[in-house]
Amino acid sequence: MSQQTHATEDAEVNGENTGARRDPRLLATVASPSGWLEAVKRSLKGGELGPAPVIVGLILIGIVFQSMNDRFLSPQNLSNLTVQIAAVGLMTTGVIMVLLLGEIDLSIGSVAGLSAGVLAVLAVRHGVSEWIAIGVAVGIGLLVGLLHGFIFAKMGVPAFVVTLAGLLGWQGLHLNLMGSDGSINTSATGPIAMLTQTYFVPVVGWFLVAVALIVYLVSVLLVERRRRQADLPYKPLVEVLFRAFLLALPLMGGVWILNQYKGVPLAFLIFVGFVVILDLVLRKTRYGRMVYAVGGNSEAARRAGIRVDFVRITVFGIASMLAAIGGVMFVSRNFAASVSTGGGEELMMAIAAAVIGGTSLFGGRGNAYSALLGGLVLGAITSGLLLLQMDTSVRFMITAAVLLIAVILDAISRRGRKTHARGGG
Amino acid sequence: MSTPILELSGISKTFGAVRALSEVDFHVGAGEVVALLGDNGAGKSTLVKVISGAHPADSGGVMTWDGTPVTIGTPADAQRLGIATIYQDLALCDNLDIVGNLFLGNERLHFPGTLDEVEMERRAVELLDSLSVSIPSLRVPVAALSGGQRQIIAIARSLLGQPRVVMLDEPTAALGVAQTAQVLDLIERLRDQGLGVVLISHNMADVRAVADRAMVLRLGRDAGDFPIAETSYEEIVAAITGASDNPVSRRSTRTGSSATATKDKE
Ligand SMILES: Nc1ncnc2c1ncn2[C@@H]1O[C@H](COP(=O)(O)OP(=O)(O)OP(=O)(O)O)[C@@H](O)[C@H]1O
Ligand SMILES: [Mg+2]
Repeated sequence: MSQQTHATEDAEVNGENTGARRDPRLLATVASPSGWLEAVKRSLKGGELGPAPVIVGLILIGIVFQSMNDRFLSPQNLSNLTVQIAAVGLMTTGVIMVLLLGEIDLSIGSVAGLSAGVLAVLAVRHGVSEWIAIGVAVGIGLLVGLLHGFIFAKMGVPAFVVTLAGLLGWQGLHLNLMGSDGSINTSATGPIAMLTQTYFVPVVGWFLVAVALIVYLVSVLLVERRRRQADLPYKPLVEVLFRAFLLALPLMGGVWILNQYKGVPLAFLIFVGFVVILDLVLRKTRYGRMVYAVGGNSEAARRAGIRVDFVRITVFGIASMLAAIGGVMFVSRNFAASVSTGGGEELMMAIAAAVIGGTSLFGGRGNAYSALLGGLVLGAITSGLLLLQMDTSVRFMITAAVLLIAVILDAISRRGRKTHARGGG
Repeated sequence: MSTPILELSGISKTFGAVRALSEVDFHVGAGEVVALLGDNGAGKSTLVKVISGAHPADSGGVMTWDGTPVTIGTPADAQRLGIATIYQDLALCDNLDIVGNLFLGNERLHFPGTLDEVEMERRAVELLDSLSVSIPSLRVPVAALSGGQRQIIAIARSLLGQPRVVMLDEPTAALGVAQTAQVLDLIERLRDQGLGVVLISHNMADVRAVADRAMVLRLGRDAGDFPIAETSYEEIVAAITGASDNPVSRRSTRTGSSATATKDKE
């Protein structure tokens, strides 16, 4: 550390205009796949694990279950898995935003249940058009979240307590709405059912993969060209192509497998679509930057002129809205809303998936893709144990172990960063 | 001495029953480093907060900017005039990288709402180059930086608004020897670029190294304004503590370690 400081001083004393980009301490930029591998190793050592542990975990889960039951990796099982994780996955996408703020939302299960109840009551009991019923259910979710956010941000009540009240209160309202009916069956052919019953013909899947890869490649190449023109460090073409290749592997593999059954399911596409949108919002927009800033240091964000209350209120609004969309998915998959929808393990699984996927509980660190990765891990465990005819008790224990591992990794990497920083408040 | 950019006269500030500042005069000119000295609780931070708009002054005083009277009621007022403040607690977001912190709340956009990272990074390199600051990578989270580097990022951040007066509240308090030197270098560079710098510090060595003038506060009142080059250490200590017979001079008499010719302050 002290050596570093001397190096900095020398550069200054000599008056050389050593730009930040030419600093000798900067480890060589990545010029080849082997250099890239080096960079990966360095970041692993530095406590920045990224998605590596969860991807390794996913591969391990695949190998273990496949060796115990060879139907695990069959197209049909994997296709069902992707549809099964969509509803909780959407709830997870919302939870991630709240976790990025360093807060927690305990109400998402109840909000999903309320949304399911509203949807079924409107569509079945009152004969409202299903599309309108979906819109109302999702809109109510948004309003509920804005209310949570308002009480949290403007009245200073801890989010934990606000959403704990929400957990109870919205479940109560949900039960109240359902009345004496234990469950309300919805149409098996309407728009609601189609959300999880629609599969796209193979060519659509391939088309989407092609579009995704081309958009990715073109946008990255454009950015790297601008960086080169601006005399900033840039990724060489090899690395860009290599990254595109790494992205293409799961995309093409996934579509290939899903196409062997019924094609890409609409439900999974909706889930992935929300993940991609959230990712772009978080990484590329001013709003996303504000979310990270508030989660990292809300006082610093306030002094920088960010409207912290606005960010908090909207994040809780978006989280509840996504939970409500998850509730719609529950109804679609079960052809029914019941008094127990959203009242069970959904809340725990949604939060667990976010943490397993790599979003920190301590705020400010994480990304949208943890919803997908964490959801796949939990979905794979559920589906694998189901194939092995193990019951819920085993699943809960295994899920708990995976969750603990993820949280321990999070805590360790946080401690690693803390010891890196020194002084200066 | 240069004509003042910012001039305050007769500034008072009360917090309930506490009169933190009474009838204080203060001025800072272009290309000048003014040290603001005083014991704990003397009112230094309060004066800085009055100037930065965080705690507006009581009515009665006069503030002028380039000779024209102004009122500073909010932090935005101060920023608009061209006053930048670096508080004791730095207020950086540890999870964001250097570029993200430099432009926080002030991001460059190229498409409605999307961040222009390339432009921000280019400007960040330019800014840090102009300060001859060298940092290995602008894309590491600031949590990974040393205390001195963090302080420098906080200072650089305040310069993006192109201020004419920069105020630093104890910028070297938590820093080691080498990192302190780095920050002092930076302060000199700001002065050479024609900015007015207000420096709060309890470290007399730092003050003597970079300040042109020392303005002393004692119990919220003016206790003298000294040109550093022509004033002895003892004179300044006497002004800070309010007596020629003070703990510092008593100690040096006792230990006999340094000359004790303490003059009465004028
Ligand atoms: N917000 C506030 N409310 C009430 N009293 C305050 C407030 N801010 C400062 N004071 C009082 O004003 C006086 C001056 O405080 P100030 O923080 O300006 O001292 P300082 O010179 O910066 O001291 P230090 O060297 O310890 O930082 C103190 O007596 C303090 O208690
Ligand atoms: Mg102070």
